[in-house]
Amino acid sequence: MTRPAPAPDARDSDRTLLAGALAETWKTPSGFWGALATVDHKIIGRRYIFTAFVFLALGGVLAALMRIQLAQPEARLLGPDRYNQIFTMHGANMMFLFAVPVMEAVAVYLVPLMVGTRNIAFPRLNAFSYWIYLAGGALLWTAFALDMGPDVGWFAYVPLSGPQYGTGKRADIWAQMITFTEISALAVAVELVVTIFKQRAPGMTLDRIPVFVWAMLVTSFLVIMAMPAIVLASTSLILDRLVGTHFYNPAEGGDVLLWQHLFWFFGHPEVYIIFLPAAGMVSTMIEPFARRPAFGYLGLVMALIATGILAFGLWVHHMFVAGLPRLGDSFFTASSMAIAIPAGIQVFCWLATLWDGTPVFKTPLLFIVGFIVTFVIGGLNGVMVASVPFDTQVHDTYFVVAHFHYVLIGGAVFPLLGAIHYWFPKLTGRTMSETLGQWSFWLVFVGFNATFFPMHILGLEGMPRRIYTYQPDLPWHGLNLFVSFSAVILTAGFLLFFVNAIRSARFGEIAPDNPWDAPTLEWATTSPPPSYNFAMIPIVGSLRPLWDDRDTLPIADGLRTDRRELIVTTLATAEPQAREASPQNSIWPLWAAIATTIMLIWSIFSPWAVVWGSIPVAFALIGWFWPKGTPEDGS
Amino acid sequence: MLAAPLAGCAGNWQSALDVYGTSAISLKHLIILIVSVCSVVWMLVMVALIAALCRSRDAQPVSAEPGRERRMTIAVTGAVVATVLIIGTFTILSFVATHALTVAGQDYLTIRVRGLQWWWGLEYIGPDPSSRFETANEIHIPVGRKVRLKLEGLDVIHSFWVPSLAGKQDLVPGRPNELTIRAEHAGIYRGQCAEFCGMQHAHMALLVIAEPQDDFDKWAATQRQTAAQPAEDETATGLQTFLAKPCAACHTIRGTAAAGTTGPELTHVGSRRTIAAGVFETTRGSLAAWIADPQTIKPGNNMPMVPLTPDELRAVSAYLASLK
Repeated sequence: MTRPAPAPDARDSDRTLLAGALAETWKTPSGFWGALATVDHKIIGRRYIFTAFVFLALGGVLAALMRIQLAQPEARLLGPDRYNQIFTMHGANMMFLFAVPVMEAVAVYLVPLMVGTRNIAFPRLNAFSYWIYLAGGALLWTAFALDMGPDVGWFAYVPLSGPQYGTGKRADIWAQMITFTEISALAVAVELVVTIFKQRAPGMTLDRIPVFVWAMLVTSFLVIMAMPAIVLASTSLILDRLVGTHFYNPAEGGDVLLWQHLFWFFGHPEVYIIFLPAAGMVSTMIEPFARRPAFGYLGLVMALIATGILAFGLWVHHMFVAGLPRLGDSFFTASSMAIAIPAGIQVFCWLATLWDGTPVFKTPLLFIVGFIVTFVIGGLNGVMVASVPFDTQVHDTYFVVAHFHYVLIGGAVFPLLGAIHYWFPKLTGRTMSETLGQWSFWLVFVGFNATFFPMHILGLEGMPRRIYTYQPDLPWHGLNLFVSFSAVILTAGFLLFFVNAIRSARFGEIAPDNPWDAPTLEWATTSPPPSYNFAMIPIVGSLRPLWDDRDTLPIADGLRTDRRELIVTTLATAEPQAREASPQNSIWPLWAAIATTIMLIWSIFSPWAVVWGSIPVAFALIGWFWPKGTPEDGS
Repeated sequence: MLAAPLAGCAGNWQSALDVYGTSAISLKHLIILIVSVCSVVWMLVMVALIAALCRSRDAQPVSAEPGRERRMTIAVTGAVVATVLIIGTFTILSFVATHALTVAGQDYLTIRVRGLQWWWGLEYIGPDPSSRFETANEIHIPVGRKVRLKLEGLDVIHSFWVPSLAGKQDLVPGRPNELTIRAEHAGIYRGQCAEFCGMQHAHMALLVIAEPQDDFDKWAATQRQTAAQPAEDETATGLQTFLAKPCAACHTIRGTAAAGTTGPELTHVGSRRTIAAGVFETTRGSLAAWIADPQTIKPGNNMPMVPLTPDELRAVSAYLASLK
């Protein structure tokens, strides 16, 4: 299957013919139905990313409202009911509709390109997952617009969210939104695992997988293992609320702490589901901007895996003041602090890379540096709250608000913004403005720190979280006013980023295929990539194919051009195993998603929806899987 | 002498850094130690980062060279070992410091603290049954004596937190918890619910008043008494109105027919510093404002607006204010 690259002129005419045939086979028909039926991971990935950023902007508006309300004591902009909906929406939206989906979205777009394949595994499931995600987001925001938004916190603790105290349909809407995002996240996780395990380009052995792809592999396993806990938790909650079970009712033998265990058994890995992709982005982006290979590939990958494993042994640190046995709490102090080891390994490896490299100060590197500065603070105040006695003073205060924003914005959103600048040329074929990029970095960086650092002090000064107002005789108004003003700077930074992205998508400078001289495979194809990703599947001979085989990237051939085919390779050594058919475009995932949405939303109101609503779902799935006579896969 | 008036409180009266309780004092030491070490660590990382970015280097990009890679491996390994040592120390330190969460010594007093949406029900259990009494939202304790709080969530989860005295502990329905506190200095310490508990989570404050033993004994003796009979016409009318209107269905005033248990105990409400769980200082005027329109002042709370004529309102608020 391997052959040396042919002479340039012969290659050109061959390529034109090949490209024409492949474009015909892999194309997404233009027009409305074509757009709805596409299974191209790049189109779906772009949609996913775009939608997630819309939710980021909406969540940001909610944050701004909260900051206006809290700028002064006893402000009357928002009443308690609206405020409680807003902080619940902000948390639920940012965690379930922005942070997790956006990381998976970037992976949906990039992972197939980075491993050198033509589409993601299970591309129709991918299309389905996007529609379900969109429906879940629409459900939550529609409910909020109708003043039915959940008001029980993104963690929805029982009994507050239970049938007795969470009256109305608000908590049900929260729980069902979780179901939507569970389904879409699990679907993407399965696709990514299979893509990474079985569709890597020939020669991409385990030790030649880019760190971002490793990060997504670990993240996908975290999703697969953590989501069942929240499925169980939210289903039991819906049952308590809708059909009168008593899983969480202490008066009937239920247990309110059961909810917290289940929720945080999912909820803590959730944090790493957001952070690990960001760490992978940093390890991948740092190479072209430090102009040297990332130091300690093995250490970086092992740190990702170690974090993934430790992630499941930390959940109790969210419950240090719930009254569990103190010795048990101390065990979770030890495991929570241990997370600092893999985090430290990564930070030290990045520092070593920068130390030994030649930094190129473009926007993505600025975001990486900003990330290191803030993430180290987030890690260190994470060590603080991991200590049981320390936590008894700062738990549920603004100190914790500061902590997780340092980890989630500093630790995940900074790398993400850097990644958007970095991969923007690949996604759109145009480069983002460097000037605006640097401006937005400095505004976001300064605004972020000025907004969130004082919250540490507010927390220690006794300001609890989730309060819609505070009284003037409490000494918090000065810092709160400062925080609210700083939030204006942060908002300006994000606005500038959005302006830059929207403007550059239309008018940006045309980007070359590999504008950063980066070493990974996604830069081996055009910007933006054709529908079939690679005309010839590359053969990978090293961890950084575009640096080590700069001029003559070997290629594999033998795939048919008249139908969608991709190469399946072995798990460890990535030796070619088979030619696998890749599904055609199909409208059925959309019908299945609509049927599922109807069933799930209906089931907020009646348990019988699960019975009658499953009939259209079954029909949609039959249509989806109806045999179409595709010939058997060749090997 | 009763402790200083509200405004006269030294410094911040709800702060983990301005501490007057035995366990809060040890927690503050731990907090300062950990924060200092972490600050040094952060600064070291920043020095390394700035050095990495700014150090002068050869003009052309370098490729990996074994000797340098090995030195970098040693540096990174050293940093990781330092991390392990620091977090190991922190883990042991916090394990040891966990005992600071429980105040040592003999219990002087036990108080049942019940968390409700959105106020605190208090029952002093004390050394003998005759000394039991109930009150709400304002805890008095003698300085220097260990007090055991039995924490019970009656509706949803709440969290008891008076940062100047001790760390917080949740009140979980179906799972009673305990917290021990001891005030080292006399003073008024504010606390508020720290676990989101619904609409008025922001307005669920309480005061802990630590006072010398004599003052405490005097206060406790007063609290055990039933409410004084109204001395004036207006307060007598107030009591009648209170009993005739729905007020008595939810509130108890010992010594009268009012025996409701849904709302706070009011036997000595006039002696408490605040009403509505810390919303207002207790005055005749604030009582009247509260009774006239509780849903505007604290939207969503469980006290309905009871229609009263202006005279009735005046009488009821005068009566409640007189319940010292």
